[in-house]
Amino acid sequence: MDTLKESPSPCSSRHNSPRPAPCEMPATVGIEAVLDQLKIKAMKMGFEFNIMVVGQSGLGKSTMVNTLFKSKVWKSALPGPGVPTPQTLQLHSVSHVIEEKGLKLKLTVTDTPGFGDQINNDKCWEPILGYINEQYEQYLQEEILITRQRHIPDTRVHCCVYFVPPTGHCLRPLDIEFLQRLCQTVNVVPVIARADSLTIEEREAFRSRIQKDLKSHCIDVYPQKRFDEDPNDKILNSKIRERIPFAVVGADQEHVVNGRCVLGRKTNWGIIEVENMAHCEFPLLRDLLIRSHLQDLKDITHNIHYENYRVVRLNESHQLPRGPGWVNLAPVSLASTSAGQGWTYHS
Amino acid sequence: MSKQQPAQFINPETPGYVGFANLPNQVHRKSVKKGFEFTLMVVGESGLGKSTLINSLFLTDLYPERIIPGAAEKIERTVQIEASTVEIEERGVKLRLTVVDTPGYGDAINCRDCFKTIISYIDEQFERYLHDESGLNRRHIIDNRVHCCFYFISPFGHGLKPLDVAFMKAIHNKVNIVPVIAKADTLTLKERERLKKRILDEIEEHNIKIYHLPDAESDEDEDFKEQTRLLKASIPFSVVGSNQLIEAKGKKVRGRLYPWGVVEVENPEHNDFLKLRTMLITHMQDLQEVTQDLHYENFRSERLKRGGRKVENEDMNKDQILLEKEAELRRMQEMIARMQAQMQMQMQAGDGDSGALGHHV
Repeated sequence: MDTLKESPSPCSSRHNSPRPAPCEMPATVGIEAVLDQLKIKAMKMGFEFNIMVVGQSGLGKSTMVNTLFKSKVWKSALPGPGVPTPQTLQLHSVSHVIEEKGLKLKLTVTDTPGFGDQINNDKCWEPILGYINEQYEQYLQEEILITRQRHIPDTRVHCCVYFVPPTGHCLRPLDIEFLQRLCQTVNVVPVIARADSLTIEEREAFRSRIQKDLKSHCIDVYPQKRFDEDPNDKILNSKIRERIPFAVVGADQEHVVNGRCVLGRKTNWGIIEVENMAHCEFPLLRDLLIRSHLQDLKDITHNIHYENYRVVRLNESHQLPRGPGWVNLAPVSLASTSAGQGWTYHS
Repeated sequence: MSKQQPAQFINPETPGYVGFANLPNQVHRKSVKKGFEFTLMVVGESGLGKSTLINSLFLTDLYPERIIPGAAEKIERTVQIEASTVEIEERGVKLRLTVVDTPGYGDAINCRDCFKTIISYIDEQFERYLHDESGLNRRHIIDNRVHCCFYFISPFGHGLKPLDVAFMKAIHNKVNIVPVIAKADTLTLKERERLKKRILDEIEEHNIKIYHLPDAESDEDEDFKEQTRLLKASIPFSVVGSNQLIEAKGKKVRGRLYPWGVVEVENPEHNDFLKLRTMLITHMQDLQEVTQDLHYENFRSERLKRGGRKVENEDMNKDQILLEKEAELRRMQEMIARMQAQMQMQMQAGDGDSGALGHHV
């Protein structure tokens, strides 16, 4: 839930009773109406969601984004014959406002063409880390102003979807390096891209190998185990963690199957339905990112990753990359904490 | 007039008949006795289905106890060369097939040195053959030269990657390259056509010399001409490999079973596996010939021009040569000093035998 800027009411019992309309039942105070007020406020303000897609070219990132949000967020980025693959990693973002049932979502998608495509891919993750830190920096700058805006525009990356190529073997050295570095700065959701090249058995074997690799390299992908707050969360997230990474297929063309119109890929031997759980796990990814955990992603970004960044910035600002408008915030007297080692969980 | 039946031994008593029309049969019999040798190299990133395809092509299991290494091992590994030989016999004809695999190619984060190992392996085989050919006993030369290289292109990209281009340019003068699009069941037909065209354009753009099928001779029959035309139009071949038998439409076929259908390996509407196999079998002889006549001869003339000195690094500069010469001089001088010392000792010891001054050379 968005943080409330209201003073707490003195009588905060009776959370669990059903919600009557306010002023109808004299025995209750009517606190439940707060939920309605929240909803109305949220509808007015709208939501922001920033997602970043990382992976080698051709793994279906643009198609996946289009499929997720059921709109042509990105025109399928198939470069024409004259356009060469970019020599260095570039980042570009596209923003759209999508509306559903009166609720507006400002969606920003950041793409990373050129990632992992060169012969020498050393340090190809650095521009990405730089971009993420830059967004944190921008937010920080806004936050420390004396007269702040009422609603700080949030360009921080809430979720990074990492596309693993479906080799069927295990994670590659590039994947390991990238995931290790990025899981400490942002929520990373790895997915097995173009999963229509793996049979069900190959998929399961690949998934368990990836999970083993992630464990042995101490890579904590979203949903992170250490941020589970209560037993309900734990159960829900454990179910998700068993299936990570999801094997997904993206498609933005519709075909007719058994009289229904479905999104899918048509081949000579069958039609792969994107929303069919028996075919691929796209519904799981969609549910995770949008239907159930969108707010959680934003919360973890705000409460944990951003706070970590802020702590390091305030203590040792000379160590971080200097983006535009960089200001030396280090108070002279504060000694350095354990921030030099890496990111810490800041509660 | 006797009827021409090409494969039979014609009656030598027919007037005007010399009999050398049977030469092809003799050659045929001799080759069948000798057997054929073929070396095939497969190069491509891990996970593109190279091993599966080789097993499917030759209906064998070249990698019976294969353990796929975990991510930690992959980080440390460099490119290795693994050659496995298998003898296949079909209707009395023996084929000694060597498959050279290159695990570790394209795995590392920095792939700049990926292909040095591979190129030096190819050169080494040429070198060995040259050495054997120039030797005294030439009866049993084993031909381990790489006759053909299947280069696996990932179907997930939008064409050739920079690594693909760099590698093909480095070996197109040494070996016949046959580009293959792997895991073709992940592409729809339209995507496949688009990718093939894109790859051909890029190959032309970068002046990469891939193996071109020879045109059918004008006296071949129409079927063969048509087949050759079809093969040529399908390059690069997009293939799917599998050795699992799946039940489809009442019969057992080799294929891959998905929840949405079955991909049949030997169905020409599903992929180009049959075309690749036909090409390989029909043109095995031609591949060997081109290796011998073009690539090997290139190597040989380069090598002999450089002289007898074995140069590993092509751009050895003068300083290095000078240093080497100096080192050799020093060694010679040391040897001479030692010999002189020995002679001194002998003179002192054998003063009695004054005539026994031997020259040790």
